[in-house]
Amino acid sequence: MKFLKFLVLGIVFGIIMTKAEIISWFRIYEMFRFESFHMYGVIGSTVILGLLYVQIIKRFDVKTFSGDQIEFTPKTHGVLRYLIGGIIFGLGWSVTGACPGPMFVLLGNGIWTIFLVIIGSVIGTFLYGILRHRLPH
Amino acid sequence: MELIFNPWPWYIAGPIISFVMLFLILFGKTFGMSSNLRTICSIAGAGKYSDFFKFDWKLQIWNLVVILGAIIGGYIAHNFMTLDQSIELNTKTIENLKSLGIVDAGSSFMPDQLFGVQVLSSWQGWLFLVLGGMLIGFGTRYAGGCTSGHAISGLSNLQLPSLIAVIGFFVGGLAMTHFLLPAILSNWFLI
Repeated sequence: MKFLKFLVLGIVFGIIMTKAEIISWFRIYEMFRFESFHMYGVIGSTVILGLLYVQIIKRFDVKTFSGDQIEFTPKTHGVLRYLIGGIIFGLGWSVTGACPGPMFVLLGNGIWTIFLVIIGSVIGTFLYGILRHRLPH
Repeated sequence: MELIFNPWPWYIAGPIISFVMLFLILFGKTFGMSSNLRTICSIAGAGKYSDFFKFDWKLQIWNLVVILGAIIGGYIAHNFMTLDQSIELNTKTIENLKSLGIVDAGSSFMPDQLFGVQVLSSWQGWLFLVLGGMLIGFGTRYAGGCTSGHAISGLSNLQLPSLIAVIGFFVGGLAMTHFLLPAILSNWFLI
């Protein structure tokens, strides 16, 4: 069961996304209106701790559980793709209240209509795949 | 027990999410959810139409298992760890949504007018959900990541491209929340 650990991590992720209301459309709406600290607290504390872990891993050359080198692949340089792609994603995130992780958690919460959002996001990914050579990067 | 059934605060959620990311790194993987959408395209045979989907998707099965777990986790939390589905929103947010015709703000996780099954009986409902999803899928792949890949993994590794992407997320999100969504809700969707 080499995948069991990933299943467990996914379950933890699904529980925390639900229990901290991160999957709620209302919480995302409230965040973009700057009327609650909650989402900023969640993302901010995750990033600050993440920074700490990444620095420790790099500084002390921490290896994976199986003893391999940990590689942090740098993102390719560029501005346009990140800015334009980011804006398009931001529009989708705020209108559906869902990101690519939470949309699956919502399915587990019994929000069946989110399945259409998932289908749409697969179609959107496919469209990017066939159009990407014509887009500025 | 009350601590489990009540909503969990940000200072519990953030550290646990960061642990999920840390463990994925220590298992030799990365924390990024939108890659799964590309994997799903690849499995569905999209490689016939674009080289972008020609890769060994079997190497990505672990990430599909993460989202399978996310579905199960959502089910567990919803059915066994939550008694009251209501959300304590800022009253200003509730008032604002009421003025736009969303009358159930905070009574559950999602506004019923946008996500209740009855929306499937109107073409506007289908368009809203599918188009919203398409923006997510197209945007994340164009930007090369979503909230997990850029805002969390990327910023944790001090990546400038991720900062640009996150700024983009907010430009899009603010435009939608403050201008487009009010126009959509008041003029078209809830007629």
